[in-house]
Formats: sequence, C-alpha cells, structure tokens
Amino acid sequence: MTTEVVLKIAISGVLTGLVYGLMALGLSVIFGVVRVVNFAHGEMMTIAMYLVIVFFSALGLDPFIMLVPVSAVLFALGYLMQRAIINPFINRPEHSQFMLLVAVAIVMVNGLLLIFGPDSQGITTSYSFDSFDLGGVIIDAGKVYAAIAALIVAVALFSFFRLTLTGKAIRACADNYNGALVVGLDVKRLYSLTFGIGAACVGAAGTMLMIVTDVTPAIGPAYTLLAFVIVITGGLGSMPGAIVGGVLIGLTEALGGFFFTPSAKTMFSFAILVLVLPFRPQGIMGRKTA
Amino acid sequence: MASKSRISRRTFTAGIGAAGIVAGTAPFNIISAQGAPLKVGVLLPRSGAQAGIGQDCQRGVDVTAGLLKDLKLPALQIMNGDTETNVEVARARAERLISDGAQLLVGAFDSGQSTAIAQVAEQRGIPYVINIAAAPPITEQGYKFVFRNFPTAGRILADAFENQIEIFKTTGNAPKTAVFMHVNDTFGTAMQKGFTGVMGKFPATPYKVVETISYDGTARDLSVEVAKAKATNAEALVMVSRLNDAILITRELVKQRWSPKAILSMGPGWYEDQYIKTLGKLSDGPMHFAPWYDPNKKLAKALDAALAKAHPGINMNTNHVYTFEALLVAADAYKRAGSADPKALADAIRATNIKDNVSHGPGIQFDAKGQNEGLRNSAFQNRGGKLVTIAPATASNAKPEHPMKPYDKR
Repeated sequence: MTTEVVLKIAISGVLTGLVYGLMALGLSVIFGVVRVVNFAHGEMMTIAMYLVIVFFSALGLDPFIMLVPVSAVLFALGYLMQRAIINPFINRPEHSQFMLLVAVAIVMVNGLLLIFGPDSQGITTSYSFDSFDLGGVIIDAGKVYAAIAALIVAVALFSFFRLTLTGKAIRACADNYNGALVVGLDVKRLYSLTFGIGAACVGAAGTMLMIVTDVTPAIGPAYTLLAFVIVITGGLGSMPGAIVGGVLIGLTEALGGFFFTPSAKTMFSFAILVLVLPFRPQGIMGRKTA
Repeated sequence: MASKSRISRRTFTAGIGAAGIVAGTAPFNIISAQGAPLKVGVLLPRSGAQAGIGQDCQRGVDVTAGLLKDLKLPALQIMNGDTETNVEVARARAERLISDGAQLLVGAFDSGQSTAIAQVAEQRGIPYVINIAAAPPITEQGYKFVFRNFPTAGRILADAFENQIEIFKTTGNAPKTAVFMHVNDTFGTAMQKGFTGVMGKFPATPYKVVETISYDGTARDLSVEVAKAKATNAEALVMVSRLNDAILITRELVKQRWSPKAILSMGPGWYEDQYIKTLGKLSDGPMHFAPWYDPNKKLAKALDAALAKAHPGINMNTNHVYTFEALLVAADAYKRAGSADPKALADAIRATNIKDNVSHGPGIQFDAKGQNEGLRNSAFQNRGGKLVTIAPATASNAKPEHPMKPYDKR
C-alpha cells in the first residue's frame, strides 16, 4: 500500500467526518440547552436531503445555493416542533420524551416513503464526478466543498453563541434554567429557538451530504445512530466536541476499513465509543458533571 | 334462578341439517376453489436498501395477469407484502399473509429473507415459490413446500466462468488480474464462498484474483473500498453487489480516476434500470453474468412486449423474468391441481414441466429438493442505455465489447 493511498483515505475520512460533525452539532446544541434527546435527528436530516432533491429537480439549484433556504425551512420545522410538540413534554419523564421523538421519527420516515417512494435518490451536479490530484493523492472535490461549507456553518454557529445577545441568553438557559427564569428570559421561546438552530444545522449537513451520497427514507435511523455515537464520543452538549467526534469517527471508519475489512468499518466507530467512555465518561470534550 | 337452555328442538334440528349440508359439500370446496383466483402472497423488499429492486420485481407482477390470460391459465389474486429489506420483517409478513388467507407465497429477491420465508412456509405447510435467491442451503433443508426457479450460487459462478472464457476468446483480449468485491449479505457471502472453488474448475479463466474485498451493501460511502481495490492495480473488477452500492462504486471509480479494463458483475445492480438512468453514459460497459432470459424464446418476446407496454423505457431484466416465472409456476400448478389445497398445490408444483418459458435453459422442472437444476445463465452488457445478450453464442443477440471504454473518454 502506498503512502498516497493511505493519505487519500485519511483525508477523505476527515472531510466526511466534518460533515458528520455538523450533523451531530445540531444534536449536541439541542441536548446541551433543551436537555431533550432528539431521536428524530437523522430523520430530520433526510427531510432536508429530500428538500434538496425537490429544489434541484424543480429549479436546478446548486446545493450551495440551497444551503440557506433548506436550513431556514428546517429551522422553522424545528422551532414549530419544539413549540407545538416538545414543550408540553419538557417536564415529563425522560422516557416519555424518548417515545414522543421516536414516534415523530416514525411518522417522518413513513411520510417520506409516501411522498417520495422507497427508491434511492440523488443529484448530479457539474462537480459530482470531479476530484483534485495533489501529487498523486486524489481527493473527491464534492467532499472538499462540503467539508469547507460545514466548517463555515460551524464557525458561524460558535460565533452566534459567543458574540450575540440571543446566543448568550441561550447559553444562560443551558447553564442555569432557574437563573434564566429569574432574570426574566423567555425560556420557552429560547428553547424553541435552540431547537430551530439545531434543526438548521441538520438542514445544512443534509444539504452538504447530498453532494456526496444518495438518500432513501429508510436511512434516517442510521444517521440518528451515527449522530449519537459522535456526540457521546465528542461530549454530549459540547459544540467543539461534536466536530472533533465527527472527524474522529470519520477518520476511524476510513482507516479501519482500509487496514482491516471495509465491511466492518462501522464496528470501528463503535469501538472508539467503547474505548473513550471508560476513560472519559463525559466524552472527549464534555464537561464533568457532579 | 336456574338457567334455561336456549337451544330448542327446532334449532337443534336446523343445526344438524346445516352441519349436514356443510359436511356433504365439503369435498367439493377444494374443487369449487378452482373457479376463484388463487391467493398468492408476493413478498418483496419494497422499502429499505433493496427497495429499488423490489419495485422492479413488482413490474414483473404487474404484467402477469394479462400473460396468464393469454396462456389460458387461471387468474391469481395478488396479496402484496413488504419485507422492508429485513429478514425478521420478511418472516413476520409471511406469517401475516398466510393468516390473511394466502394459499401460496412468492418472493423475496434476497437469500436471507427467502430463507426466513421458507421456514415459515414449511412450518405452515403453504407452498412457496422463490423468484430470486441464490444461496444453496435454501433447497438443501429437505423442505416439502419450498421450490426455487432460480439458479444457485454455484451454478451462477460456473456459467459465469464459462461465459467469460468464451467472451475473452472472442474478443482476443483478456484481463490478467482482478479484484473481487462483494456485499457481505447472505447472497454475497455465498458467492464469495463458492468463487475460488468454482474458479479452480475453470483453468482457462485468464485472470488471477489479487484481492477480495467484502463490504456493507447499505454503506453510505464506498470510497475506502474502491481506493483499496484501485491500490492493487488490477485490470478487472469482479463484482457481487446490489443496486445502491453499484451506483456508489461507479461514482467512486470515476472520482478516483480508475477505469478497469472490465467490470464483471455476477449479481444484480449494474444492469438495473435505475443504475442506467442515474449514471447515463457512465453506466455503459459492465458485463453481467447472471440468470437471464433467452431473447429468442416466444414467451420472452411476449413478456418483453407486455413490459414495454406497461412500463415504457424499462429494459426487461432478471427481476421481471424470474418474478413472472414464479407466478407462472403458481398458476400452472393451480390449473393442474384443480385445487387450492396446499398439499395438492405442492405436488402439482413438484410435477411442473413448463417448456414454453422465458429464462435461459430447457424449461421449468423441479428436482426432489424443489430446485430447478436446468436453468442456465447468460452474459449481457450495458450498451447505450440498453442491455444486449453477448454469451453463450447460442442464446445471444450481440457481440461483446471489451475492453471497456475508460470513464474519462466518454
């Protein structure tokens, strides 16, 4: 095996991992603030992926142009979901919340099946088959563009939470729920906003994923599981942790598949999870709780 | 208060009379069933990873009614079941269809799912005709109600090597090395297990396998697998795949700038209409070594015409042919059995002797294990969005094109 091949695979794994990280970032943001585990996360992403297909077929729009409108639609979906469905469950036992979101996920999968059918669907852009040759190391152009977009969205999100008043208010809610209420923050609205932002992240990730892969309604649960593996490895509730976890999982799957057997590459991502948890139960970048 | 009997002498007599009528006509129930359509539960992966193929098999179901009528065979009442590309769901749906009155089962494209359905059919004593599933063990269990009109993995492989030798001799150009890539499901694993052994029986095979790569057919990304295959510098790619993975692999071949001299597919995927439509000119070139049809047979032409009418622009393929033939077996057996009684139906299927069929081979007959051993496989190739049969020469309609045109020259 040449160094070029190993390097190519490692870079490909990192690039894919960055997009996965963006997807998981949405899950981490929602859990970090609202403390609700979104079991419909992957399914929400498949909705975004189908939106890309609809816009692409109807208007011929490039996924990068669709990034903002698809994220906006997902933001609205997340906001409404939180206000109409999840808020009434916010003080109920966790298992009630889990079942609620599992039910929402099932409805989403079957809704997509009804509308789009079971066939795998994808888009072909002018750069779908392009690649860069960097001294013998061939890199998928679509993955490079998708990863760059994922990084930009992640940086924008970090800046929003660090630099804006609304972002700081949301962080205040996450840090101290009662304190936020005492100082007069509209916590319910901020929760809805947070769920919307998490959903928008998923929308952006789904849009980017359409550049590199196809979608079927049935693929949602696999992405939900992947998002869980990433955020638990990176640290549940930690935004940088989601990106780090995504890259780690992407890289591990790629190299594990290459050096061992590709059919077992998913096993390596779970192996990383198992390895991390005994030493850092809070995840790589998660905060220790009392 | 003492309870009073509600059965009077009059109602008791009426009951006895009714029971007598039922008992007296019971022997005719089975015969009278001939007038009604046979209830056939068709189990296919209509959703999940194999949904595209399941839907394609359904096209074969769609055109069956008209063809059976032309052949003067009894009508079938189709009861649809979705296996969701899942073995356990396949098992549950088979149980459900039988409970809902299915008198015969057909399906289910995939070996793992078909194995589960075969177990249910045998336990419940309902005949099951497999349309597509190649794993040999299914008909090695001593089942009495399970029949397969589809070649086993060993037969597919043997014919594949035979046809490849013929093709490379005809073209005068043969690859020296190959990578063998296969899905890790029941079918892919069965093919992998048989591959080396069967290849050894064909010493004239021109290439040597330098690497075997097993992969997950439901994977979202197959770049690692293709990179690993490319790193071997093999001249040919031997594939056992499904549909979505075939599309992903082709995309990766283009992106990773690797055009093998030949893609030799020994399973589905590369010839499906969705593959051709999705990839356009990039779909041209792969050669397939799979259960196929004899384009010169009368019923093959009738099925092709019926499909062209019902689904314009769709190329007739294995999915349509073998799903149709499974239903043909059911209707033919129902006619001869004169009954929907499961045992009578199973006996009739065992005695099947259909000469006027579609698939390549002498016709449809089952051995004591319920396997049609007479089936042969063909070689065919994607050319300009169409499928042409290239080997064996006795059942072909085109000459092979080899080596494959590189992806960057299209």
